Amino acid sequence: MTPTRVRLSALRKRFGRLEVLRGVDATIAPGRITAIVGPNAAGKTTLIKSILGMVRPDSGTVLVDDAAVGRDPGYRERIGYMPQASRFPEQLSGREVIGLLTAVRGRRDGLDEELIARFRLEPHLDRPVRTLSGGTLQKLNAAVAFLFRPSLLILDEPTAGLDPVAAGLLKDKVLRAPGDGTTVILTSHIMSEIEELAENLLFLVEGSVVYQGPVAALLERSGERRLERAIAEMLAGAAA
Amino acid sequence: MSNTGKVMTSQLRNVARSRWIAGYAILLALLTWMLLRFGGSGERALLSLLNVVLLLLPLVTVVFGTLYVYNAREFIEMLLAQPVGRGALYTGLFGGLALPLAGAFLVGVGIPLLVLGGGGPAFPGQAVMLVTVGVLLTLVFTAFSLCVAVLIEDRARGLGAALFVWLFTTLIYDGLILLVTSAFDRYPLEGPLLGMMFLNPVDLGRVLLLLSFDVSALMGYTGAVYRQFFVGPAGMLLALLMLAVCAAVPFLLGLHWFRRKDF
Repeated sequence: MTPTRVRLSALRKRFGRLEVLRGVDATIAPGRITAIVGPNAAGKTTLIKSILGMVRPDSGTVLVDDAAVGRDPGYRERIGYMPQASRFPEQLSGREVIGLLTAVRGRRDGLDEELIARFRLEPHLDRPVRTLSGGTLQKLNAAVAFLFRPSLLILDEPTAGLDPVAAGLLKDKVLRAPGDGTTVILTSHIMSEIEELAENLLFLVEGSVVYQGPVAALLERSGERRLERAIAEMLAGAAA
Repeated sequence: MSNTGKVMTSQLRNVARSRWIAGYAILLALLTWMLLRFGGSGERALLSLLNVVLLLLPLVTVVFGTLYVYNAREFIEMLLAQPVGRGALYTGLFGGLALPLAGAFLVGVGIPLLVLGGGGPAFPGQAVMLVTVGVLLTLVFTAFSLCVAVLIEDRARGLGAALFVWLFTTLIYDGLILLVTSAFDRYPLEGPLLGMMFLNPVDLGRVLLLLSFDVSALMGYTGAVYRQFFVGPAGMLLALLMLAVCAAVPFLLGLHWFRRKDF
């Protein structure tokens, strides 16, 4: 599988008076894990949602495999998305959710059901999702993102709400994704997790990119050993 | 199957599963049965049913539709991250709502009408007109409900707006017409009134039904004007067509807004 490439140019979006993205230019390296970091309300989720076409930017373009994101939804065939909080229709069971998605994608074979097995989701699949616990729901959310073997994975705070064992399983799965030809974009507030997972960093502050490039280069530049400190230092620099 | 079809079947399953739809059908069946059984002759019962179609149906449709779209928020967001276009999703939502609502109406009103029947030789034609107008109004108010839910983010305000749409089309609009009539009572108003009436789906439905029930005398002297205009297949067809336009316009407006909405 060829990993998907994503390019954003001059992306702008405002919600009312709030300018959420102020001309974002970024290239997401194909076949790598890129973490989008930044303080709260930096525009991380809006950025992700513009790649998915859920948010319509005011100006600028999103290129997914060199095709501009617009009306044609076909490119989402290649994307697996794990939203921050799972958004499943409450009255459906896990199996019905999966059934609906396979119907919509027209794919029944060659599904990646590894996470369903590892998370032991099988016994929970026949209950309406509204009766599932937060953690189980998040596991289902993760399993669904990987299900169709996407060439672009978008994970918004993937380990939030997962217990350490499940978080570990998920992180292992994410780390193996580039080897299968998948580009990964993830957001997280946990810096140690980003150090563990991401090769590249896209650092957003108030809707602008303040750094993009390898994690290692940022550490080297700042002279810090921990990403948390390097990021804090950059934030202090951006505020000044 | 197309994506619209897939969205619609999934929606249909959900809506059909809802107890409200069944309750709506049963309520309509009870009302129709009682009116036919105790409301005098078949034609007089139809006249009472007219109020059900013109008042109750729009209220139930617009409120149920609006609340349903708010509740389908997760469903919509989940599908937007899939290879499903917004047009297909919107059309699927519309169909998934309008079909069960129209189905509940057809079953609730249609079956008692078929079983109990009644009235004179004009009854079958009048019953068909009643059912047709009911189905068209269901489409109109489903489209209104989609517009409201797409435009207004907040559920409580959306419900308020849905109620306002109902109040406006069933009550306020007629009040405005009355106001115009009394303010310009020195002028010949038949033309402008006809035009105003053409813009409100509930008024269109009312005129269509009253004329087919042959009680236009109830509408006073303007009734005579409408009679001239509407009687005969051409006028009726035009009014029915206009009712379909009343459904198409909010449907397309809602689609336009849905395409631009951020989730």
